[in-house]
Amino acid sequence: MKHFIPFIVAGDPCEEVTIDLVIALEQAGATILELGVPYSDPLADGPIIQRAASRALKNGMTLTRALELIGQMRKKGVKIPIIVFTYYNPVLQLGEERFFALAQQNGASGVLIPDLPFEESEHMRILGDTYGIPYISLVAPTSHERIAMIASQAQSFLYCVSSLGVTGIRDSLPAELHEFLKQVKLYSRVPVVVGFGISTAEQVDRLQHVCDGIVIGSAIVQKIEQLQHQLNDVHTRSNALIAFSQYVVSLIEPLKRVGKNESQTTTETTKTVSTGQTD
Amino acid sequence: MLTLPNERGRFGMFGGKFVPETLMRPLADIERQLHEALADPSFHAEYMHHLYEYSGRPTALTFAKNLTERLGGAKMYFKREDLNHTGAHKINNAIGQALLAKRMGKRKIIAETGAGQHGVAAATVAARFGMECKVFMGEEDVKRQALNVFRMKLLGAQVIPVTSGNRTLKDATNEAIRYWVEHCDDHFYMIGSVVGPHPYPMMVREFQRIIGEEAREQMLKVEGKLPNTIIACVGGGSNAIGMFHPFLEDDVECIGVEAAGKGVHTTEHAATITKGTKGVIHGSLTYVLQDEHGQITEPYSISAGLDYPGVGPEHAYLAHIGRVRYESVTDEEAIAAVQMTAETEGIIPAIESAHALAKAFQIAPLRPKHETILVCLSGRGDKDVQTVMNYLEGDER
Repeated sequence: MKHFIPFIVAGDPCEEVTIDLVIALEQAGATILELGVPYSDPLADGPIIQRAASRALKNGMTLTRALELIGQMRKKGVKIPIIVFTYYNPVLQLGEERFFALAQQNGASGVLIPDLPFEESEHMRILGDTYGIPYISLVAPTSHERIAMIASQAQSFLYCVSSLGVTGIRDSLPAELHEFLKQVKLYSRVPVVVGFGISTAEQVDRLQHVCDGIVIGSAIVQKIEQLQHQLNDVHTRSNALIAFSQYVVSLIEPLKRVGKNESQTTTETTKTVSTGQTD
Repeated sequence: MLTLPNERGRFGMFGGKFVPETLMRPLADIERQLHEALADPSFHAEYMHHLYEYSGRPTALTFAKNLTERLGGAKMYFKREDLNHTGAHKINNAIGQALLAKRMGKRKIIAETGAGQHGVAAATVAARFGMECKVFMGEEDVKRQALNVFRMKLLGAQVIPVTSGNRTLKDATNEAIRYWVEHCDDHFYMIGSVVGPHPYPMMVREFQRIIGEEAREQMLKVEGKLPNTIIACVGGGSNAIGMFHPFLEDDVECIGVEAAGKGVHTTEHAATITKGTKGVIHGSLTYVLQDEHGQITEPYSISAGLDYPGVGPEHAYLAHIGRVRYESVTDEEAIAAVQMTAETEGIIPAIESAHALAKAFQIAPLRPKHETILVCLSGRGDKDVQTVMNYLEGDER
């Protein structure tokens, strides 16, 4: 099976529920988790994830607490690799070394920083190597001649931004996407995953043949937003979690269908991704 | 100092390009084309042509005779950027960037604005050069600056109210960048200050240097020597960099004045260098107003043009190496300076510029009469009349 990489925001709708949601996602078939750290100025995010970040910030979520939350997930038995998705400024304030030390202590498996491009990330990549926390690189449709350079340093997996723009739900993905993914795969030694805008089972179905994994963020975060009140209320939580799981399963149903014939690649990629895991 | 930024866009440790990967190539394109343009005499000639015959440059250097006599110290001169077309220095940069956009074959302009001054400048040059213009403006500012919103619309621009975050300049800038990420193939992002990712801080400086270059010549002509002290207000810091830069290697004291709002001891100020810490905002490593967890905090100043939680990375550098001193002035002091300049010299300055004036009025009496102080009067106060009125009436009540 190809990778299914859901993205959710730590602390949305609250810390406790974030752990439940991650457990539900793992059971639903997530192979890697991207855990978003809320930020006041999320430049790469559209309205859905911006709103989730605001909710989480109101709940007092911080980078440190998000890292500790990963530790709690590990204690509750979450086994899949967890990638910390954070903007650079909170890392800078915490201190880069301290960030990696905490990430390692709490069982994080990688870090992805959307506003720290290749040229600015050398120090973080070196520290990542030291602490065994891979630094995930991104390529975009505008990267062109930059793809070879970025791919040469890619660790764990290479994240392809599907289209121009910020995160969000898109009705259609660009026609050039397949060509772009094929090109990236030529240069990449690690699995190539695609994200930004992917929000339906149909899109998942069409894309899975040209990549090694699919990231789904806004669609899942929107579902959490819709269910937030039921999720926050202990009496309705378990039903809301079931509804959430059903939605996620329906989104990735095409992946499972194909997965039965392609199990060989999975073992390889999971191995690569898990390098940074400490549990 | 003058050769900065380096090839990585850094002024010392400050600056850089902290942006999503999608923007790295568009930024590299702008950088390449900017270097070509700046090395091309015909580009410079065209830029100067528009500054002279459209914006009305050179702007005057006014000796503030009455204020000088009243304060009884150093002679004060005002560099009159308020006399530019559209009423502020912002047009210098807007013309420069519009010409670069044209050179790059881009006919669609995006701009962010707080009070609306840069938005109006962008809308103006877009009209003049036959370009489409979208201005992102926080919903709060749209309400507070209804007149400037209408000015932009009158000039044919589309004003897009921004409802994210606190709905002010910071959020308008975020939204402009988000829109640019999506439309970078055919849109040119015209940033209004010396902020943002490389090469913007350098580009905007190059298009604002004219302020200091002219003032230098004018001071030499009138006084036969360089000024002893130069003072300019700093929000993002474009008028200040434009004014300071041609004097940085001279023995001239430079003072940048930030907005202290209700006081730097309160949480309601915009004194980024005075009170901020190192951080990343809008693509650049600089001083930032933020909490201990790295979340950007909301600044405050009565002056919308200074109400920004970051500052140009070159200012951060100049502060760090001690070449420029950064101080701050409160709302109250700035409003008093507006009144004093209006009553004494017959000039109503923008509240932004009044921050620089207030500092000059504090310093002038302490300096000997043979010394000169040059103040950048960056914009006119027509836009602020309502704000000043509300403030003074509120005060009396």
